[in-house]
Amino acid sequence: MSFLNLIKVAITAIASNAFRSFLSMLGIIIGVAAVIIMMAIGQGSKESIRAEISKMGTNIITIRPGAERRGGVRLDPSAMRTLKMEDYESIVREKKYVTYVSPEVTASGQCIFGAKNTSTTMYGEGIEYLDIKQWTLEDGEYFTDNDIKKGSKVCVIGKTVVNELFDGADPVGKNIRFKSIPFKVIGVLKSKGENSWGMDQDNLLIAPFTTVMKRLNAQTHLSTISCSAITEELTDNAIDELTEIIRRNHKLADGVENDFRISSQAEMMDTMSSTMDTITVILVVAAAFSLLVAGIGIMNIMLVSVTERTKEIGLRMSVGARGIDISNQFLIESIMISLTGGVLGILLGWAGTLACEPLGLPTSIPAWSIFVSFAVCTVIGVGFGYFPAQKAASLDPIEAIRYE
Amino acid sequence: MSEDNRKVVIELQDVRRDFQVGSEVVHALRGISFKIYEGEFVTIMGTSGSGKSTLLNQLGCLDTPTKGEYYLDGVAVRTMSKSQRAKLRNRKIGFVFQSYNLLAKTTAVDNVALPLMYNTKYNARQRREAAINALKAVGLADRLEHKSNQMSGGQMQRVAIARALVNDPAVILADEATGNLDTRTSYEMLVLFQKLHAEGRTIIFVTHNPEIAQYSSRNIMLRDGKIREDTVNTNIKSAQAALDALPVANDD
Ligand SMILES: Nc1ncnc2c1ncn2[C@@H]1O[C@H](COP(=O)(O)OP(=O)(O)OP(=O)(O)O)[C@@H](O)[C@H]1O
Ligand SMILES: [Mg+2]
Repeated sequence: MSFLNLIKVAITAIASNAFRSFLSMLGIIIGVAAVIIMMAIGQGSKESIRAEISKMGTNIITIRPGAERRGGVRLDPSAMRTLKMEDYESIVREKKYVTYVSPEVTASGQCIFGAKNTSTTMYGEGIEYLDIKQWTLEDGEYFTDNDIKKGSKVCVIGKTVVNELFDGADPVGKNIRFKSIPFKVIGVLKSKGENSWGMDQDNLLIAPFTTVMKRLNAQTHLSTISCSAITEELTDNAIDELTEIIRRNHKLADGVENDFRISSQAEMMDTMSSTMDTITVILVVAAAFSLLVAGIGIMNIMLVSVTERTKEIGLRMSVGARGIDISNQFLIESIMISLTGGVLGILLGWAGTLACEPLGLPTSIPAWSIFVSFAVCTVIGVGFGYFPAQKAASLDPIEAIRYE
Repeated sequence: MSEDNRKVVIELQDVRRDFQVGSEVVHALRGISFKIYEGEFVTIMGTSGSGKSTLLNQLGCLDTPTKGEYYLDGVAVRTMSKSQRAKLRNRKIGFVFQSYNLLAKTTAVDNVALPLMYNTKYNARQRREAAINALKAVGLADRLEHKSNQMSGGQMQRVAIARALVNDPAVILADEATGNLDTRTSYEMLVLFQKLHAEGRTIIFVTHNPEIAQYSSRNIMLRDGKIREDTVNTNIKSAQAALDALPVANDD
């Protein structure tokens, strides 16, 4: 029988048992919709995290102390003191793939203004820190080279601190106390809100690193050195360059492990993406199992259908249908059930995706998930329709036509 | 008899058909040989279990002989594959069953066109044309779009006969084609078969009813899988006359 006629016969058969066909489609519809929604949420979250990270500057490179061994015991990185001012100075002198560098020390504690106080973190930074982070000031100005040289007690403050302490008053020019030491506020950072992990990026103070090292922490080592590569593409070159400079400074012989760690935002992005991918795969696999169950449902209905239509099969054979004609007929029918279910499932998944947005879930339907759904539905139709179709084709026409 | 001038449509040579039932072998056909010529109207009779349906399945290429040869229109059937036989049924045979076997909820035209669906030489228009012609031939020109569940038993059997005619077969095979019908409708069917016979069609008609033999041109009696009698009927009765002689039903 021609393909077109097979499709007509299949439509007639499906339509004459419309409700039953719909029920057997339901499994496919729900399964495909679930897969589409899971993929959309996975893809959407990934995209939003990527956007978040790239907003933070994809060319940022961070150097921290790390992997130091003393007598075979690995030390806590924060207790390590391997990063020195000399490292920072060498980088500034020799950098080729790096644009901006800033040494960093931090201190956490209470910040007081008048009768109000809040707990926050003070970042001791260099002059280029805002350029690395691509942050801007909303009001006032950033400290100068001179402030760094002198270790001036000045700071710029984040919006959260402003809101906690100043109650609408203009903070610029005011004196606050951080860990009992007076600081003059000279600027206010533009708000950046929360990052994708829910961390408040506005709860901070930034002061000259010299001030924090000498007056607050009394330390000579650095906790971090932040850099920015010339471009995101040159991040790897920049990392190689920085590694070489610091290893030379630290006099590490060949084969000796680094006593510092260099990580890049791009690297972090990859890690986050691959974590999201894993989560997406798990969700999709779970949803895909419902498709397997749906396929078994179709097989069941097709087997019932073959038994019910034994007499019809016998008649078709007696008027000249070959085994292949009969098996094609049932195969096309199961593919049509499965594909129709697939199309409805895609529509339902699309609607479900739209419904997810007001709930605050980032979604984005990847185009390939639709093609994959079609392909999977065809495979289900063929795979689970094959056995019933073979069963129909192998019927003996004499017995089939007598079947009551 | 002028056998040699007539075209042989069916030739059986010592056809045997054994069925294995458990450890026993049932000999349903025990060496059947005959020739059926073009344009014959043959009735096959015999007691229940004598092998009539088994023989008809052989003639209809639904089954193959355990032994012996069967030539349909000059083609040896025994060595054919399943799908070759399906094609042969499609092109050379028309079946009429006792229980009509129409597709449910399907119009007369679509039912009649069914065999042509399996013949790629026909397109949709040609199928419809051929189906309408066949339905006209059985007197159902006014029921083309009626569905099978909207018709009487006699009408359904007419549709089934039209379906058997639609591929212009070498032979029409009927198994108890009047078995489900009342006397009057049975005679109407016989009138139709006689009309087809008069048009030169070859018909093989299996029946329990001895009266029907009087309306055919030849009668083969089976017993225990063998031919007991094979007689040519030179005095064919007219089914139309018998139908006219029947008392008229009140509700007609
Ligand atoms: N598929 C089969 N398997 C086993 N035995 C069979 C099979 N088909 C037919 N037979 C046997 O072959 C013999 C002939 O059966 P067949 O159906 O041809 O008789 P019949 O003349 O058509 O009878 P009826 O008038 O009752 O229809 C019977 O003994 C039957 O039991
Ligand atoms: Mg029988």
